[in-house]
Amino acid sequence: MTKVAESMPPKGGFSFDLCKRNEMLAQKGLKQPGFLKTGTTIVGLVFKDGVILGADTRATEGPIVADKNCEKIHYMAPNIYCCGAGTAADTEAVTDMVSSQLKLHRFHTGRESRVVTALSLLKSHLFSYQGHVSAALVLGGVDVTGPHLHTIYPHGSTDTLPFATMGSGSLAAMAIFESQYREGMTRDEGVKLVAEAICSGIFNDLGSGSNVDVCVITKGKQEYLRNYMSPNPRTYVSAKGYTFSKKTEVLLTKITPLKELVEVIEGGDAMEE
Amino acid sequence: MSIFEYNGSAIVAMVGKNCFAIASDRRLGVQLQTIATDFQKIYRIHDKLFIGLAGLATDAQTLHQRLVFRHKLYKLREERDMKPETFASLVSAIQYEKRFGPYFCQPVIAGLGDDDKPFICTMDSIGAKELAKDFVVAGTASESLYGACESMYRPDMEAEELFETISQALISSIDRDCLSGWGGHVYLVTPTEVTERVLKGRMD
Repeated sequence: MTKVAESMPPKGGFSFDLCKRNEMLAQKGLKQPGFLKTGTTIVGLVFKDGVILGADTRATEGPIVADKNCEKIHYMAPNIYCCGAGTAADTEAVTDMVSSQLKLHRFHTGRESRVVTALSLLKSHLFSYQGHVSAALVLGGVDVTGPHLHTIYPHGSTDTLPFATMGSGSLAAMAIFESQYREGMTRDEGVKLVAEAICSGIFNDLGSGSNVDVCVITKGKQEYLRNYMSPNPRTYVSAKGYTFSKKTEVLLTKITPLKELVEVIEGGDAMEE
Repeated sequence: MSIFEYNGSAIVAMVGKNCFAIASDRRLGVQLQTIATDFQKIYRIHDKLFIGLAGLATDAQTLHQRLVFRHKLYKLREERDMKPETFASLVSAIQYEKRFGPYFCQPVIAGLGDDDKPFICTMDSIGAKELAKDFVVAGTASESLYGACESMYRPDMEAEELFETISQALISSIDRDCLSGWGGHVYLVTPTEVTERVLKGRMD
């Protein structure tokens, strides 16, 4: 590839330019960095009129909590949402990419997107990267053929289930679902059960934490209930704030005033010849 | 040793009332040996948009050059500056493109958007965006910065108070990190002016 081509905006796809260098650095004993993970409890269930998705809101980087209130329920289409667990960048990128493909498909066909279309696009992408794109997803939506709930594993395999859990808190959440899920639940019963399953993940799994996000999708309607529950509010805030006994020592100060942008009027008087 | 510890860095950004501050340390090292004590880790994209790049310095500079190039292309096409949200998506896309051979950089983006609404965000080395309403940190001193910011930060601070808070958080954190130090650079951006200050710190 020429130098010019490298600096031009890419047409899409991954770039493997730095792989050889990074492998060399790894061989010299420099450890590769860890990525932002979503630890995560994500769940979904099918109820009487549609699908309910739920997620916790903690993002971790190793043992550090990197984000206390992140969003894990991603938009795919107006009638389809998707929960993501695994490497944060992968879940974000893969859902965004498929979301844009679905939108183009809707423009082309003029029909509502189907959940199976999203499912096929996601699984074929993940399968082609053989598990290296580590996104574990719970996909839910309501389309012309009714409500659908699927789980997608990083290697590209999929399940179709009436209730599903994913992520490090999946066992804790599944324990709640297995003991309390029934067919034909009402909306309120469903939301309550999803919130309880997420709370089970928040309190029993260290990779999950903070708040509960819920998304209810029914025919022709979706409700994104961001921070539906906040069972872990901050308790350690000082009301007075923090005062410093000694000011920081400043060596140099440079102040640049910002200029207002000048409005250019087009088609003004032409300059005299 | 982690690749992030090769050069050492500490970067933090905080939001105030209609303003923001972004600060970094000034050390460039090669493992435990200090090479430079006036190294710039915060780069200006336009008057109201700054990016701090923590991690491997060689990648930080390369990434910065590509970002400047892309911002210039955007300006030629759109005849305006990039919004901070747009710029964050650009950085994320450039980083994720190298998903399987990343730049060893952790960016911190801070800017004033429309209506002078402050925006801050950070990412990991493959572009997973982490938006925050209060503060974001990056670099080898990130753990101590989390602690300092968590206790010192208060919402809706005025510019001068914000400067004092971010400076104290930075200085106290880099004193607990061998790989970053030698004072700090602080950029304080309000709708009317940009104040750039150099902080005095320990020199060991």
